[in-house]
Amino acid sequence: MTVFSLIIINKAGGLIYQREFQPGLRKLSTNDYLVLAGTFHGVHAITRSITPKLPVAAATTTASTPTSSNVPSTPGTPTPITPASTHSFPNPGVPATGLESLETDKFRLTCFQTLTGTKFLLFTDPMMTSIDTVISKIYELYSDYVMKNPFYQLEMPVRCEAFDRHLMGWLRGRT
Amino acid sequence: MTQPRHSAMLSISNTNPIPIANDKQQPPSTQIQNLASTGLRVPSNRKTIYDRHLNRTRNAELSRAGFAFLFAEMVTYAQRRVTGIQDLERRLNEQGYPLGLRLLDLLYYRTMSSSTSSSLSSSSTSAAPPNRPLRILPLLHLIHGPLWRLLFNRPADALEHSVSPDTPNEYMITDNDPLVNTYISVPKEMSMLNCAAFVAGIIEGVCDGCGFEAKVTAHNQPTEMWPGRTVFLVRFGESVMEREKVLERAGVK
Repeated sequence: MTVFSLIIINKAGGLIYQREFQPGLRKLSTNDYLVLAGTFHGVHAITRSITPKLPVAAATTTASTPTSSNVPSTPGTPTPITPASTHSFPNPGVPATGLESLETDKFRLTCFQTLTGTKFLLFTDPMMTSIDTVISKIYELYSDYVMKNPFYQLEMPVRCEAFDRHLMGWLRGRT
Repeated sequence: MTQPRHSAMLSISNTNPIPIANDKQQPPSTQIQNLASTGLRVPSNRKTIYDRHLNRTRNAELSRAGFAFLFAEMVTYAQRRVTGIQDLERRLNEQGYPLGLRLLDLLYYRTMSSSTSSSLSSSSTSAAPPNRPLRILPLLHLIHGPLWRLLFNRPADALEHSVSPDTPNEYMITDNDPLVNTYISVPKEMSMLNCAAFVAGIIEGVCDGCGFEAKVTAHNQPTEMWPGRTVFLVRFGESVMEREKVLERAGVK
């Protein structure tokens, strides 16, 4: 149950929060953390765009039920098919998420992206379970103590003492 | 300093009852039309807020998140074009002050109707509880207990009198964790600021509405256990202290 550290990246790829909870990872300089945040943001965008798509035509022929894609592909009239609509994600309702976790033998990096584009990166022990609970609690604390704080400016570094206090207190209570 | 406050009080009491007075004279249908023409939305069952019993929302609860966002926006609004922390606190205080004046009537109404079943008829008899605090201590108990319960659903945590002989007019009401500050982290360069100045304004409005001229300020007094502990310092005016002495001699409770 080791949570090493937390990084929050804003929607433009800037580092807005970095905190170490337990030692175990090598410390980086502030500049390196900024680079890490920017790099991860880029890699995340790339992984999202290279997410493979399934061809729509194959799906309609194998399973005769019409898929929920917006092109009505009736077999009699061959419609001019645009390249964008020939492929869709396996589950068309869910957009591609991009990189979600990265694992080494020393740590596991879990990325959670909110609907507004903010990314939470959590470095934990690779053996740790129930990371989802930790992430959703962190998101809850963030929306409470950061977003409801009138002195916090959007997209700027998070300096909210109440957020730190509740985050530390909650993580300490778990271990 | 007190003069503009009272004029503010007068202007509020002048502007407020006009729509209510209109309601009583006109039949309900024209009243609804009136409201519609002023842009107020009328619910589909044609029951406006004035048709509802005042005690209906007595135990109703409000969304804490909704309040937090509203209050955050109020602080941001007050922050525009301020010259300093004291100016910001004064603005927050001024936002709370009219609320306290108006809240007082609701507070009286509810404490009266809860203590006696038929409120108005029995209040004329001598056995009924006093409607209005005349001395300082009953007023402070009204703030510490019923007002805090009305606002925050719990009494305040402490009520103290200043121990210094130089300032007998100072009283302190303590709240260990003010609801308004729950989600607020004040930046280090403004560490003196306490956004509960808004609540101080409400207290000031209640005191002034009762006829006790007072200045109320909010101060940070964090402890290990309660990092958000706030002390509301109530400073009564000279006239109040003089009257207090006269009432004490006359034996008024």
